[in-house]
Amino acid sequence: MRPLEDYLVIDFSQFLSGPSASLRLADFGARVIKIERLGVGDICRTLYTSNLIMNGESSVFHAINRNKESFEVDLKSDEDKEIVRELLRKADVMIHNFRPGVMERLGFDYQSVLALNPTIIYGEISGYGTDGDWKGKPGQDLLLQSVTGLTSLTGNAGSGPVAMGLSIVDMLAGAHLAQGILACLYRKAIKNEGGFVQVSMMESAYDFQFETITTFMNDGGSLPERSQKNNANAYLGAPYGIYQTENGYLALAMGSIPVLGKLLDCEKLLDYTDIKEAFSKRDEIKAILADHLLTASTEQWLSVLEPADIWCADVLNWNALMAHDGFKALNMIQEVTMTDGYQYETTRCPIRIDGELLTSTKGSPKLGQDNERIIKEFIKQNTIADA
Amino acid sequence: MNRPLEGLLVLEFCQFLAGPSAGLKLADLGARVIKIERPGTGDACRQLSIKNLFVEDDSLLFHTINRNKESYAADLKNPEDLAKLKQLIARADVMTHNFRPGVMEKVGLDYSAVQAINPKLIYGVVTGYGNEGPWANKPGQDLLVQSVSGLTFLSGSAIDGPVPFGLSVSDIMCGNHLAQGIMAALIKRAKTNKGVLVEVSLLESILDVQFEVITTYLNDGGKLPDRSSAKGSAHAYLSAPYGMYETLDGHIALAMGSLPNICSVIGCDITDLYVDANSAFDNRDQLINRLAVTFKEQNSKLWLDLLESHGIWSAEVLDYKSATALSNYEYLQIEQQLDLGKGKNIKTTVSPIRLDNEKLFASKAAPKLGVDTGVINKEFEIN
Repeated sequence: MRPLEDYLVIDFSQFLSGPSASLRLADFGARVIKIERLGVGDICRTLYTSNLIMNGESSVFHAINRNKESFEVDLKSDEDKEIVRELLRKADVMIHNFRPGVMERLGFDYQSVLALNPTIIYGEISGYGTDGDWKGKPGQDLLLQSVTGLTSLTGNAGSGPVAMGLSIVDMLAGAHLAQGILACLYRKAIKNEGGFVQVSMMESAYDFQFETITTFMNDGGSLPERSQKNNANAYLGAPYGIYQTENGYLALAMGSIPVLGKLLDCEKLLDYTDIKEAFSKRDEIKAILADHLLTASTEQWLSVLEPADIWCADVLNWNALMAHDGFKALNMIQEVTMTDGYQYETTRCPIRIDGELLTSTKGSPKLGQDNERIIKEFIKQNTIADA
Repeated sequence: MNRPLEGLLVLEFCQFLAGPSAGLKLADLGARVIKIERPGTGDACRQLSIKNLFVEDDSLLFHTINRNKESYAADLKNPEDLAKLKQLIARADVMTHNFRPGVMEKVGLDYSAVQAINPKLIYGVVTGYGNEGPWANKPGQDLLVQSVSGLTFLSGSAIDGPVPFGLSVSDIMCGNHLAQGIMAALIKRAKTNKGVLVEVSLLESILDVQFEVITTYLNDGGKLPDRSSAKGSAHAYLSAPYGMYETLDGHIALAMGSLPNICSVIGCDITDLYVDANSAFDNRDQLINRLAVTFKEQNSKLWLDLLESHGIWSAEVLDYKSATALSNYEYLQIEQQLDLGKGKNIKTTVSPIRLDNEKLFASKAAPKLGVDTGVINKEFEIN
């Protein structure tokens, strides 16, 4: 039995933040119905990455929306609205990520939905909060990375701002929304109370930086300084970073510099005996390491460092990763099938419950594919019952 | 306020970041979290400082991750302490640990052993690479996990070589996943009245973070990410103009948008590079470089006023100084004060989740090592 079996989630959200939260709830066992705009659907359906179109839709959409149903509606039509209201009366959770004010206009804001269903858990994601000067700004991942200082942490000192090359703020906001919803579902299971969960991408972006921003707050406001070369964390000393070798790369985490010098047979490193120098002289040390590590292969370095329990690793791309037995042991890839028979591979939920992988074979839905069934299941019965 | 996890007792045997960040999330959602720490040293994070910042005996980093918790000192290798811990485990709802595979089995606190003590316990485990396969015993360290996961080929530009994310993203996402798994398990327990095992690993979590692009890779003939050679490019899979651009006095970010529209607004001629919508992908690097020349000519404010007035998705690129001075930073109440006693405070962030219209403030500072041992022994009548 999956933890959220028999729970119904009505998800109005688009793109990544909200839908990544409902994907997690789906993998935990909930039934997720996407409420999608007539004729268009979740805009993510046509948000292509690297021009890849899979069965008419973007690869990103397929990754985010597997294991869900699609209900296509016109939220401006009274008839369709009434159907959605009926779904909300039966729902345990509702999610949206419209800009502030939209749900009020459509009549699906928290107060309105609460009137339909007093024990519903209502989750919403905004870019910058639901009020205040910034509420109307676009809640887009790169813009959030940019305004929260996040782009000053990655890359080298001379690189200018460097973004994290994934929609990380969207995913964090989705993760936080899922947490708030799960906490409320637990409360509901115990006390039969509903709840109102609000997450903003901006708060999620700062939460992600809680260590570095707390350092900033308590360190007289000095800014993070990335190392000149081989930077991996602005706040950590040498050797922390990734280095080129004769045939590839090597990642080195924490480790004593003279000990490394000895193991790597690099005499220049033996002089850095004061532990504070690992930070204060990190550019110098990293430059020495970078030169030295070029002189042999990654495998040669690993064969010396690993037996000595130095924290190090090869740097792999996906080809090398997926060919590795360490990856294969995880069974991270699953194949899913859409209702029209189209199959694709994607990753599974990263969490294991009672030793089981939370896999699911259900692919993403075609726009409106479940309308008929949902109407029959939720609406017709009522009409018959009412009659 | 009625926090959802009120009344739940969590025992945290975890150290460093992944597990303790999950404990922090549960604490802010209302659970009582007790760190179980080795006498004398405690969570190794107590001595792991950044920029050598300490608050009394413990690093500021430890304070950041472990606020709103209690500390109980016990030595897992001491039979008396172990017996006490078993009494505490019998009363707990959740326990978490991030020991390497095999350690808890030796101590006798693995999942099957504690089920005999408390059949309703939720048992959360964090590993680096899962329990099986050749990587199971590798050190579960964030940079190393990023490095083997392929993540380092997504940021920066093509000439940079691998570029890791400049934060412990595997740890943090894994902590988020552990918190989710534990709460799902609590919901399951509410129905079955039985304990649940929850397992996460840094590697699975960092692969999950890449789920969109790995899905693209898996269905696109195994094509590896192709980062732009242009400085400021921000996503290997997105077309121009997505990226950050230098201006006369700083940098601005541009998200996805129609290039012909943007270029007519900023006065940049791309007619030779842009034939149709595919050009935004096909000529991505040249287009980004072309736009960069134009943006370099004026200051950020001028560009942003112009772009925003045309509804183009853009923002200024800020450092911590200007980011924390934003009106919206204050409006969202990103900061809170932790009470260290004797009138002393430190500032840190608040939980990012709002519940029932309230922020989840918690002013309780991180515990000194073992500070709550006596009180907890008394409260739970442990002897």
